[in-house]
Amino acid sequence: MDEARIARRGLSPRLWLAGGWLLLALLAAIFAPLVAPQDPLAQDLMLERLPPFWLDGAEPGYWLGTDSLGRDLLSRLIFGGRIAFIVAFAAATSACLIGSALGLIAGYFGGWADRIISRVVDVWMAFPPVLFAILLVAVLGTGLSSVILAIAIIDWTRFCRVIRAGAMSQARMDYVESARIAGYGRIGIMLREVLPNVLPSVLALLSLEMGIAVIVEAILSFVNLSISTDDPTWGSIIAEGRLSIHQAWWVLVFPLITLILTVLSFSQFGEALKARFDPVLR
Amino acid sequence: MLLQRFLVRLLTMLVTLFGVTIVVFVVIRVAPGDPIAMMLPPGASDDDIARLRALYGLDKSIVQQFFIWLGGVLHGDFGTSISLRQDVLGLVFNRLPATLELATVALLMAIAIGATAAILGARSRGTAIEAGIDIASGATLSIPDFLWGLVLILLFGVLVPVFDISGRVSPELDLPFVTQFYLVESILRLRFDLTWDLLKHMLMPAIALALPLAAIIAQLLKQSLKEVLDLDYVVLARVKGFSETQVILREALKNAALPTLTLVGVQFTFLIGGTVIVERLFSYEGLGNMAIDAVINRDLPLIQGIVLVFALLFVLINLAVDMMYALLNPRLRHG
Repeated sequence: MDEARIARRGLSPRLWLAGGWLLLALLAAIFAPLVAPQDPLAQDLMLERLPPFWLDGAEPGYWLGTDSLGRDLLSRLIFGGRIAFIVAFAAATSACLIGSALGLIAGYFGGWADRIISRVVDVWMAFPPVLFAILLVAVLGTGLSSVILAIAIIDWTRFCRVIRAGAMSQARMDYVESARIAGYGRIGIMLREVLPNVLPSVLALLSLEMGIAVIVEAILSFVNLSISTDDPTWGSIIAEGRLSIHQAWWVLVFPLITLILTVLSFSQFGEALKARFDPVLR
Repeated sequence: MLLQRFLVRLLTMLVTLFGVTIVVFVVIRVAPGDPIAMMLPPGASDDDIARLRALYGLDKSIVQQFFIWLGGVLHGDFGTSISLRQDVLGLVFNRLPATLELATVALLMAIAIGATAAILGARSRGTAIEAGIDIASGATLSIPDFLWGLVLILLFGVLVPVFDISGRVSPELDLPFVTQFYLVESILRLRFDLTWDLLKHMLMPAIALALPLAAIIAQLLKQSLKEVLDLDYVVLARVKGFSETQVILREALKNAALPTLTLVGVQFTFLIGGTVIVERLFSYEGLGNMAIDAVINRDLPLIQGIVLVFALLFVLINLAVDMMYALLNPRLRHG
C-alpha cells in the first residue's frame, strides 16, 4: 500500500477529534480542583435549577447551570470525569490482562486448557452483562474498587475470545514452528512471537473497553450502586437529570453529551489505532 | 449429521446452564449482608431469625443449599421470593412476556431499519449516500442502548412529547387480558386502541434497544450485498432489464442474508441483555426491571430464578441460530 494512504490513515481527522476530546476531558479531570469554577458539592438553594449561560436567568460563573440542589453542573461534570477515567483505565486494563493471559493459554496450548477456558467463556456469555454487573457490585459492596473489579470480572471474555482466536492461527504459522525448532520454550514463543501479532486487535479492544467501562460505571451510578453518593459521577448526574427532566433539561443534556462524546471517542480511537498498527490492514 | 450436531449442542447447552447456576449460587452466597435480617423488624429475637433462616433453608451448608435448590428447579420449583413472598416461577412468568414482547418488537425494528439502510447503501454504492450511511451506522453502533434511551427520552418525552416514556400501558385503561402477552392479546381481541397504547409505551425503549443492532445489520448486510452484486447471475438479472432495486430485492438479498442472519441471532442475546437497564430507564414492568429490584433487596431466590431464565433464553437462542444456520447453509446441509 502506498505511503500517502498510510499517512492519511494515521492523520485522519477522526483520530485527532477523538484524541483531542479525550485529552481535554482527561486534563480537566486531572486538574479538576484548578479548572472547576465552583465547588462541585456546594449546595445553595438560592441558586437551584439555574439555566445554562445563554438563557435568561443564568448566573455568571455557572456556565452550564445548576441542579435541583443548586450545585454547579460544569464543576460536577469535571469532577465526575475523575471517576470515569479511573474506572476506564483500571477496569479495561484489568479485563485486558486477565482475558489476554487466559486467551493466550487457551489458544496456544489448546487441549484441556482450551476446553476448560472456552467452557467458562460460554458460561460467562450466558449472563446478561448489566445484570451481572449490578449483582457483583451488590455483592462486593459499593465503592470504586468494587466497580472496577466487577467490570474486569465480566468483560475479560471479550479479550479472551479475540486473543484465543489470534493465538490459535498464529500457533500454526511457519515462523512459530521455526522458533520452536530453534529451541525457544513455549512461554518464550508465546510472549515473543504470538503476543506482538495479536497486539493491534488488543489495543483496539482496550480502547473500546474503556468506553464500555465508562458506560457501565454510569449505569451502576444510575441505579445507585456505584461509589458513594456524595462524589459526583456522570451516572449519578444523569440519574438526577432523569428525575428533574421536566424542570431542568440541562441536568440531563450535558452529562449525556459528555458521555456520548467520550464513548464515541474511545471507539473511534480504537478503530484508528487498529488501522494504523494492524499489519494486514496496512 | 444434523441430529448429531443438535445433540452435541444440546449437551453443551446443559453444561453451560449448570455452570451458570453454580456461578450465581456462589456469587450471591458469599455476599455480606443478611437477607433474613432485612425482612424482620429491628429487635427481632434470635429464635425468630433462626426459624426464618431454617424456613428459607439458609441454615444449611452452601453445597446442601445448592442441591436442594437444583432439585427444586428440576421439579419446576424455584423457591419463594424473600421480598415479595411469592412463588419465584410465578413472578418470573408474570414479567417475562413483557420483556419478550419488548425484545421482539425491538428485533423487528432493528431488522427493518438495518435492512433498509443496507439496501439503500448497496443500491447507491460509491456515492455520498453510501458514505453517509457508513458514518451514521458507525456512530450509531458505538453508542449503547442506555445512552440511546436517554437521548430518546429527551427528544420525544420532553422536546416533542409525543410518546410515553414511562410504564408499559396507561394505568387508567381497563385491561381485559387473561395472559401477560398484552400486545399479542390486544391484537387477537381486535382491541387496537389498546394495541396503540401499548405500542406508544413500547416504541421508545424498543428503538433504544434496536438502534445499535440496526447499525450492525446495516454494515454487514450492505457488505454481503455488495459482494453478491458483482456475481454473474446478478449481472445477468441486470442485463435482463431489472432495475437495481429489483435486482437487490429479487436476486441478491436471499443469497447475501445468511451471514447477517447468524449475526442477528447472536446479537439478539445482547439485545435481550440490554432490556435490563432500558426497562429500568423507561419504568417498563418487565423481567429486567424486577431483576434490579431483586438485587437491591438481596432477594436471593428471585435473583437466581431470573438469572437462570435469562441464561436459558440466551442458550436457546444460540441453539436456534446454530440449527437455522445448519439448515440454511447448503454446504452443511449436504456435508
